Amino acid sequence: MTAVEIAAAVRSGQRLARSVVDEHLGAIEAGEADVHAFNLVIADQARTRADEIDGAVAAGKDPGPLAGVPVALKDNMCTRGLATTCSSRILEGWEPPYDATVVKQLHNAGAILVGKTNMDEFAMGSSTENSAFGPTRNPCDLSRVPGGSSGGSAAAVAAGFAPVALGSDTGGSIRQPAALCGVVGVKPTYGLVSRYGLVAFASSLDQIGPFTTTVADSAAVLDVISGPDGRDSTSIGEPQPPVSDTLGDGVDGLRIGVLAELSGDGIAPDVAARLQAAVGALTSAGARVAEASAPAAVYGLSAYYLIAPAEASSNLARYDGVRYGLRVDASSTPDMNTATRSAGFGDEVKRRIMIGTYALSAGYYDAYYGKAQKVRTLIINDFASVWEQFDLLVSPTSPTTAFSLGERTADPMAMYMSDVCTVPVNLTGQAAMSVPYGVGDDGLPVGVQILAPALGEPIMFRAAAVLEASL
Amino acid sequence: MGQQRITRAECAHVAALARLELTDEELERFTGQLDELLDHVAEVEALDVGGLAPTMHALPIANVLRPDVVGEVLDRDEVLAGAPLAEDGQFRVPPVLGEAP
Amino acid sequence: MNANTLDVPGLGAPADTEWETVVGLEVHAELATETKLFSASPNQFGGEPNTHIDPVSLGLPGSLPVLNQKAVELAIRVGLALNCRIQPSVFARKNYFYPDMPKDFQISQYDEPINVEGWLELPSGKRIGVERAHLEEDTGKTVHIGGGGRIHEAGYSLVDYNRAGVPLIEIVGRPELRSAEEARQYVAELRAILVAVGASDGKMEEGSLRVDCNVSVRPAGSDQLGTRCEIKNVNSLRSMGRAIEYEANRQIDLLTSGQPVEQQTRHWNEDDGRTHALRSKEEDYDYRYFPEPDLLPLDPSTKWVEEIRQGLPPLPRDRRLRLAEAAPSVDVDHIGLAVERSMDELAMVAIGGGGSPERVMTHIVHNLADGFGELAAEALADLVQMEEAGELTATQAKKVLGALVDGGGSPREAAQALGFEAMNTGELEALVDKLIADHPEEWTRFCEGDAKLTGFFVGQVMKATQGRADGKAVTQLLNARRG
Repeated sequence: MTAVEIAAAVRSGQRLARSVVDEHLGAIEAGEADVHAFNLVIADQARTRADEIDGAVAAGKDPGPLAGVPVALKDNMCTRGLATTCSSRILEGWEPPYDATVVKQLHNAGAILVGKTNMDEFAMGSSTENSAFGPTRNPCDLSRVPGGSSGGSAAAVAAGFAPVALGSDTGGSIRQPAALCGVVGVKPTYGLVSRYGLVAFASSLDQIGPFTTTVADSAAVLDVISGPDGRDSTSIGEPQPPVSDTLGDGVDGLRIGVLAELSGDGIAPDVAARLQAAVGALTSAGARVAEASAPAAVYGLSAYYLIAPAEASSNLARYDGVRYGLRVDASSTPDMNTATRSAGFGDEVKRRIMIGTYALSAGYYDAYYGKAQKVRTLIINDFASVWEQFDLLVSPTSPTTAFSLGERTADPMAMYMSDVCTVPVNLTGQAAMSVPYGVGDDGLPVGVQILAPALGEPIMFRAAAVLEASL
Repeated sequence: MGQQRITRAECAHVAALARLELTDEELERFTGQLDELLDHVAEVEALDVGGLAPTMHALPIANVLRPDVVGEVLDRDEVLAGAPLAEDGQFRVPPVLGEAP
Repeated sequence: MNANTLDVPGLGAPADTEWETVVGLEVHAELATETKLFSASPNQFGGEPNTHIDPVSLGLPGSLPVLNQKAVELAIRVGLALNCRIQPSVFARKNYFYPDMPKDFQISQYDEPINVEGWLELPSGKRIGVERAHLEEDTGKTVHIGGGGRIHEAGYSLVDYNRAGVPLIEIVGRPELRSAEEARQYVAELRAILVAVGASDGKMEEGSLRVDCNVSVRPAGSDQLGTRCEIKNVNSLRSMGRAIEYEANRQIDLLTSGQPVEQQTRHWNEDDGRTHALRSKEEDYDYRYFPEPDLLPLDPSTKWVEEIRQGLPPLPRDRRLRLAEAAPSVDVDHIGLAVERSMDELAMVAIGGGGSPERVMTHIVHNLADGFGELAAEALADLVQMEEAGELTATQAKKVLGALVDGGGSPREAAQALGFEAMNTGELEALVDKLIADHPEEWTRFCEGDAKLTGFFVGQVMKATQGRADGKAVTQLLNARRG
């Protein structure tokens, strides 16, 4: 059952939330040992919550639009009294004393939290292999990675552990794993979903979004978690129209561009072929499709790998062994800070902290961080021109299908290249999503990325629904 | 292949600034990896962006303010619950050695 | 000696060189808001450690800052009162590790502060430039345990984050002060402005006003600045004055003995009355400032700034001008003191109520140093009028004033309660006549014009009346008897 179906059945009393939860906990029990999607499963709490929902329905109350829907949460969103680790040793033992805004929103909508999912440490990575708790495997092929950094969330949905998971997307961390696991993944417009309680990686790029098996489910979840939040200064102040309402409006007459810079060089032929098939489907549905170009988009990766680490180097300074999490003792506070951080962070996190520290340091700021922020302006300007001619853009989500575990761990640059199609949108703040569109030569899922201008979610979802229906 | 963009010594300096201690092996490896990344991102050096303002936020919003009204505070037990070491309602740390820089 | 040190002004200066002290002050003031700069936990002095805390002020993972509107308004008030230009501003992160900083970075304003290019006028009329006055968050507090509480010898430290996130305004003055006394006047004036506009309570002893002093010296007449040292840990106006004087002398001693001044941060030690080196310029920290991505730019509208300007109370400078106009014969220092003590309003009302400006100001400057308690301005006016009518002597008036400060009420009742009934004229005449008869020799000399004898007779009257008589009235009576 999809999330929308579950909620309808639970709200109308046709199905007990408890049976929904038991069914998914059963799936977790059966498959989790192979997939390792979770850092934490809260079976008892989920059952208790399901009983509450059922009690509310029995009492004639409406528990909300996601009534009884099991949800898995990436382990970088704060949950009061529940360990939140970011898959890092450095947060060992830490239980936040507060809930992230999205956690409250899901709760108020009647959703049921079943667990916290594995991820690349502090969301830094593209394969979920950079986890202190071991890698997650792709449910479609256990020898492959699920993508990352929200690999646990993507895998949980792909494996049927939960119909809905939330992830966070800083440079593609929702869309890329969604593509590799064959599920829908959405990176909303920056500021549409509150970041309060999302453990920061790169503040100006991070955005929370859903993983689901269907486009309609993603729309339903986005409608619950989007909206203004006084606790997040970068939250968009005005409520937006629900995307669910216009999901079936089609693409007839829409101008859709195939973004040349993200669709040519370096894209595997089988992935490119699926993009062509998607273009065909959109054309058949009445869209006018043409090639589009945002030349500066090719510099996205370079700008991203300066800006994101710079912000991260500052955001991750607080893990110093003083207030929470790991402490490795030493004879002075500076030495204790160093010992704690050296033991608590994994290689990739250290690497990015060092890149970012370097990019911000005296004498290099202008050449690196300052320059990257100007390149960001250049990319935004190029996209602005594109939006004068097109309503939406499409590209592959990932240059390849899921790669093998261990294949890229020794070569950080090769791993970084996995994000080439997804990072430009984080730099511009625009909306994008990945929709599964068949399989590649290896039989593994391929995702098509749909890009929309800021707050263009309604038409983006219309195109996604058309692609989904055309399969 | 261009010249080396970051030296081992610079890499060690950056690690110290970030309060990270690297083994010789890590320092060697990270220096090479950082150098490779800096070499890749050097493509932006050639771009003419002189007339452009840097983008700090993708969305053009300003003046987000909250009213000066007291809200909920955390119980001290919650504040100290995660502390590696606490004493007298405070966080205990080893000697700090000196004033803040 | 290398080429570098040759540039230091004063090196090799003749022994009789006159030196000029140059001081620039950086003042941090806690803003009087209800809540912290970026979160809703209370901004309150004291309290049990770690009880004014929310996820933001503890820097918990996932927490985000949201700017306090009141703090911005207070910062603009300060900017306007210091004649600054109010401009669009950006918050930045200042990155450094220290346990009292929950995020290991401080949110401050760096290259785009809210207030720039202002000035402050000292009571003397001299204007001191204000480079900037920007918003930033305070840190927590660290207590050092063991080793006598000294930072370098402590066994361990304890951290309390109640103060973390309290809004501060940092006012950076230009190096245009020329003495410890001018520095004292500057801080006193600045404090008066901060209190007047409601921005801060200005309490140095509670740490809500903190001053760092940049001190350098140069040969008098030079237009170049010498190498400066920054002095931290001055906790009162008095210790600031001492610290500046000590530091200037230290630098002069160095230069006159041919040694260069090293650019340093130095710590004032109240106990030994000296400054001690904390760190030198070479160890300058790389703070890696960059714009705070969790906060948006601040661009106060002209309308808002104008509203704030309209709502500003009279500033100390305006109040000094007003009081000087009402009491034109009074010394400017005394006018300044009355305003500094916030007694100018009392003085204005008392003068307006008929008290002579000189007597009113005498009481304010000399007799009310510890505050005016329950004293009402009308009562002060009445008291001064009673003095002028000869109903009270200066000594009596001072005692009555003390009673009014303690318990309020009218001066007439207070004088009665103290037994200060004015002597009636007949009583005084009888006494004077008796004294003339008892001291014929002195009286003759007085009649011959020896003015010293006035004091003798007045003194005798005072002695006999235990100070109840009015000296002026006695003099008048003596003159009348002489004819």
